[in-house]
Amino acid sequence: MNENFIQINGISKHFGNVKAVDDVSFSIKEGEFFSLLGPSGCGKTTLLRLLAGFEYPTNGNLLIDGSDITALPPDKRPTNMVFQNYAIFPHINVEQNIKFGLRKLGLTDDDIKKRVDDVLALVKLEGYEERFSGQLSGGQRQRVALARALVRQPKVLLLDEPLGALDKKLRDEMQLELRTLQKEIGITFVFVTHDQQEAISMSDRVAVMSEGKIQQLSAPNELYKNPENIFVSDFIGETNFLKASTKSKDGDQINVAIEDLGDFKVKNNLNIPENSSDVVCSVRPESMMISRDKSDWDICLEAKINQTSYLGEMTRFYVEVSGINKVITVSSQHFDNQSFDNNTCFISISLEDISLLQKK
Amino acid sequence: MNEKNNSLLVYTLIYFGFLYIPVLFLPIFSFNDANYMSFPLAGFTTDHYEEMWSKRNLHKALWASVKVGVVASVVSTAIALLAAKAFVRYKFRGQNVSYGAIMMPFLIPEIILAVSILIIWINLGFPLGLVPVTIGHILFCTPFAMLILIARIEGFDFSLEEASRDLGENAWGTFYRVSLPLYLPGIIAALLLSFIISFDEFILAFFLSGSDATLPMYMWNQMRFVKKLPHVLALGAVIIVFTTFIVLLAFWLRNVGQGKEKKDIAIKL
Repeated sequence: MNENFIQINGISKHFGNVKAVDDVSFSIKEGEFFSLLGPSGCGKTTLLRLLAGFEYPTNGNLLIDGSDITALPPDKRPTNMVFQNYAIFPHINVEQNIKFGLRKLGLTDDDIKKRVDDVLALVKLEGYEERFSGQLSGGQRQRVALARALVRQPKVLLLDEPLGALDKKLRDEMQLELRTLQKEIGITFVFVTHDQQEAISMSDRVAVMSEGKIQQLSAPNELYKNPENIFVSDFIGETNFLKASTKSKDGDQINVAIEDLGDFKVKNNLNIPENSSDVVCSVRPESMMISRDKSDWDICLEAKINQTSYLGEMTRFYVEVSGINKVITVSSQHFDNQSFDNNTCFISISLEDISLLQKK
Repeated sequence: MNEKNNSLLVYTLIYFGFLYIPVLFLPIFSFNDANYMSFPLAGFTTDHYEEMWSKRNLHKALWASVKVGVVASVVSTAIALLAAKAFVRYKFRGQNVSYGAIMMPFLIPEIILAVSILIIWINLGFPLGLVPVTIGHILFCTPFAMLILIARIEGFDFSLEEASRDLGENAWGTFYRVSLPLYLPGIIAALLLSFIISFDEFILAFFLSGSDATLPMYMWNQMRFVKKLPHVLALGAVIIVFTTFIVLLAFWLRNVGQGKEKKDIAIKL
């Protein structure tokens, strides 16, 4: 397995004064399901288009499987793309759409037929050969786009928010299906999305982007549990930020003063220096416990429930900690909006669940 | 509500009457057995049509108009296609200026365009004839063709071209396999309308054709002789039918394969 199958070396792309992609370097492994995640305008789609060859970088170079593709036009690259709007050719039918990219590969008629049949079976579109794009549903169009790209057996499949146009149910189905498909055929997928849940649930690794830079590149669970900065912590899932300042280090841990709550000793994965006031503590809503009675957890605070929202699988509480003018979000599967009649509760936090982050 | 609709209907009928009744006199009098355009009608005849067929100069003029029309429509549609693609697809420096420059012949009085070309052509020492007429018609038809093509290309999803590049086609292959088939109805509409505009054009031909008369020139020449009027009416009637057919075809083609929403935009333009 090639660890550096796709190499992105110092890539920048400027549009006038805008640095859409700003000196980005990383590698993607062979056979990996890799996601580029970020809010709109973060540069993820530009980076994908640079890989596809629709844009050329201002600086840096791109390698796929050891060969430099920086200056190659899209038709000479070992990549294929699934477009956001699918871009199914409207004047030809499904079968002709799928065959479109096979013309220049020098295959025999038998090979072409076999490839088309195989890929139709793969995406479960047998029997739709004669249909035109206008006669297909969103999900079917997406499958045609996928088949049309995969039939060329690219080294890398690029996917530009392919699930964005589908309704939630279908999107969840397609997420699972895409993931299964990718493992089955073993092609490297580079998947662009702004949906953090989508990226986390499908990918082997995720690169979180913002303002043209990679904020963090890691496995989904790392991204969630150990965010490296405030942006990632805020963008992935939900969290509460508590103002704090660091004091003295103690091995892997560090003493912090959390505003209004007191002094605690927490883990210091990011090696944040002593005596810094530019830090925050991040606590996930579901890592906290809400209860009627006081608990023996590291931190236990009396609080008043301001608001609740019932989400079915869990309930989210917006609570105001007594004596502090700060609203904290806590979620619970055990209690719901009916559970507290006098609106008072206790919020418990375990020090293990506090991530210490540095402000920029 | 009904009343309002009725008054609008009356207005519409008057409007179309005003527009088309004068034109209808042409075919009516072309079958009238008299040399003058006056009521009462003197009886039905097809003599004028037979006379029309027998005129050698008319055949020559028709052939001249067809030649000019074909060359002018093909060249102006080709120029208009490239320009329309550039205007819709790309944002570039001087975009508005170049757009304005191409649209200019559409806006300045035709006679000024004609006189300008005449002066330059004569000063360059070239003889008058169908060549300067064709050049004038290309200038004059290009803005029309461009408006039609812009309307067509504006609805075009350019990710289709990217998809084609992505699937291994180079720029020419993409144009041939994706862009051209999808632009085609617009291209044919532009060709037909350019041809009709050139075919009907009088002022440029009047100044630039010298002794090579086009069909409108021929008609104008004949109008000066009372006895020749009837067969010009017959010719006029044929041209009206032919032109109407082509224009309808062009409008239908322009909207073919586009959704309803696009149709509305096309009609507005």
